[in-house]
Amino acid sequence: MKLKSLVSCSLIAFAAFSAPAHAQVEIQWWHAMGGALGEWVNDLAKGFNDSQKEYKVTPTFKGSYPETLTAGIAAFRAGNQPDIIQVFEVGTATMMASKGAIVPVGKVMKDSGLKFDPAAYVPAVAGYYTAPNGQMLSMPFNSSTTIFYYNKDAFKAAGLDPNKPPATWAEVALAAAKLKAAGQKCPFTTSWISWTQLESFSAWHNVEFATKGNGMNGADAKLTFNTPLHVRHIQDLENMAKQGLFVYKGRDNKADVTFPSGECAMITASAGLLGAIKKNAKFDFGVAPLPYYQDIAGAPQNTVIGGASLWVMAGKPADHYKGVASFFNYLSSPEVQSASHKRTGYLPITTAAFKLTEQSGFYKENPGADVAVNQMIRKTTDKSRGIRLGNFLQIRTIIDEELEQVWGGKKGAKEALDEAVKRGNEQLERFQAANKS
Amino acid sequence: MAAEKRVVFRSGWLPWALVGPQAAVILVFFFWPAAQTLLQSIQRQDAFGTSTEWVGFANFAQIFSDPSYLASFKTTALFSVLVAVVGIAVSLLLAVFADRVIRAALVYKTLLIWPYAVAPAVAGVLWLFMFAPSVGVVSYALHRAGVDWNHLLNAGDAMTLIVMAAVWNQVSYNFLFFLAGLQSIPKSLIEAAAIDGARPWRRFWTIIFPLLSPTTFFLLVINIIYAFFGTFGIIDAATEGGPGKETAVLVYKLYFDGFKALDLGGSAAQSVVLMAIVIGLTVIQFRFIESKVNY
Repeated sequence: MKLKSLVSCSLIAFAAFSAPAHAQVEIQWWHAMGGALGEWVNDLAKGFNDSQKEYKVTPTFKGSYPETLTAGIAAFRAGNQPDIIQVFEVGTATMMASKGAIVPVGKVMKDSGLKFDPAAYVPAVAGYYTAPNGQMLSMPFNSSTTIFYYNKDAFKAAGLDPNKPPATWAEVALAAAKLKAAGQKCPFTTSWISWTQLESFSAWHNVEFATKGNGMNGADAKLTFNTPLHVRHIQDLENMAKQGLFVYKGRDNKADVTFPSGECAMITASAGLLGAIKKNAKFDFGVAPLPYYQDIAGAPQNTVIGGASLWVMAGKPADHYKGVASFFNYLSSPEVQSASHKRTGYLPITTAAFKLTEQSGFYKENPGADVAVNQMIRKTTDKSRGIRLGNFLQIRTIIDEELEQVWGGKKGAKEALDEAVKRGNEQLERFQAANKS
Repeated sequence: MAAEKRVVFRSGWLPWALVGPQAAVILVFFFWPAAQTLLQSIQRQDAFGTSTEWVGFANFAQIFSDPSYLASFKTTALFSVLVAVVGIAVSLLLAVFADRVIRAALVYKTLLIWPYAVAPAVAGVLWLFMFAPSVGVVSYALHRAGVDWNHLLNAGDAMTLIVMAAVWNQVSYNFLFFLAGLQSIPKSLIEAAAIDGARPWRRFWTIIFPLLSPTTFFLLVINIIYAFFGTFGIIDAATEGGPGKETAVLVYKLYFDGFKALDLGGSAAQSVVLMAIVIGLTVIQFRFIESKVNY
């Protein structure tokens, strides 16, 4: 017994000796960025770690977005949560409702005493992560939006002007018909069908996707994406599907690969796809704003945000929060932001970063890189500011399920959208009941 | 029987100590999670567990008022029957053939066992690649043959795809048991039948198949349980329950609601229902089908 205590005593003494003079505070950051984007995240952490000595940010890849969120929740329940967790836009309402589990970024920044100006952030981006009372809840990180890509070579082959992308949905249908006549098997497809064809579609035409400012102003929102305009659009797509002009390629971003491979000639997808297309496409391609309906007043408005933000978890020592604040400060600097924007295609989150990128001549050298930015850097309306709903993941899946019935010819557009609204509203009620607190 | 020697433990604690580890494993890994599930099924929690509310049977009322949940019972029944019947039939056929192979039998048997080493999600992706509309090897061939394969929009195609993947993944397991069963059938019985003039087909149905019935019965139980619980990886990778909800079997919906949608109460309630179904099915199988089995 005596020997044992002697050993442990000397161990403690040894540990005390070997500890560095000023211990670094380690900040755990869980994220969902794999592959090239994972390298980007590691570079960001390294850049911050090299810039100062007090804190060390350690990024850990936790799998897909849902997997990362599930891992964070399990860790929180076990009391082992990381300091920072990256959560996709669909999980935003879940995080907001979990008041005991998170610390608002606005509070973290204020408590740290660092300079922090919420007005410096791009409104359509930061607004999405801001509470109705004006407090910023999470730090925008990788933000994207929905844009339109087209294959210029295929356009030429079909006798279309490669420098004149279709601006309206009527023009999309016409171009698709010509492409098909020229032998293109898949003239048009889309990724993220709910995000591109209903969510961004609503904001783009300045109509509500859900009441209460699309859920931004309160949890008791009701879905409204079965208006005549929405039905008309889904009907148009249904007609295109029947003629083989629109080809359904699956849920989520499954359609993404069909564009760079040359199989599909036009696609609506995330702005974040640009990098992959640049790398893999063996043809000349163009980027254009999302198509719209000309006869709708107020269109085109702006498109809605996608991607993810960084949330600060509760229950950590005070010095960790100071470290998180100085890391966020580093991330928001125009130089870091602009470099990230150029590297990944994600949107710059501050206006200063956008201006810096513009001044560097990047948009002139890379035509199309500013399409997403221009769609987002606009004055937003209550109907277009963003869509923030509880159980959003389920609602998106319900939309997938119902629309598949339309493309499969089992349901009409109106019937499917009505059913999706009804089933989606049940999810909203359930979320509200579970989170009334 | 009186002559049988019975070993009696004199010590009071030794038997308990011997049973202890096993009991502890069952308690920690089976009963504890099951109890947790029961508890969660009557609660409503937010995702992080910061607020918990006792809601009685509200979660159950909610899932049973969902028409898509009720429809999923039909889907599950169809899927399970297909997986069990096709899986058992195919592996029995393979085992009977493997049993007759004379040259390179070991190679043949080893190759047949390989699919079992493939994780369900990977199996799903493998089959998905082969059947991917317009780019998959098989769907391309089918297209040329005039069949317009599209499991993204055609419910029948989607069901066929996941049944094939699930069966393929499970065939090795069934195969091993059938092969062992075949090898334990005395050769003299088959020879006697052959001398009496029974052809292979007749020998199979009157001698081999009845003697295999304990194995077949065991595999029926295992395959039904597999179809109920072990297949969500395949479905998640291949169809995500689509088109619509046409391939969303009970366990897939449970997985989606619990792990992707973070609705723990609803997911727990579904687990309880699923547990009850599997217990019920197992009891039925043992009480009614087993009585027809020759040991």
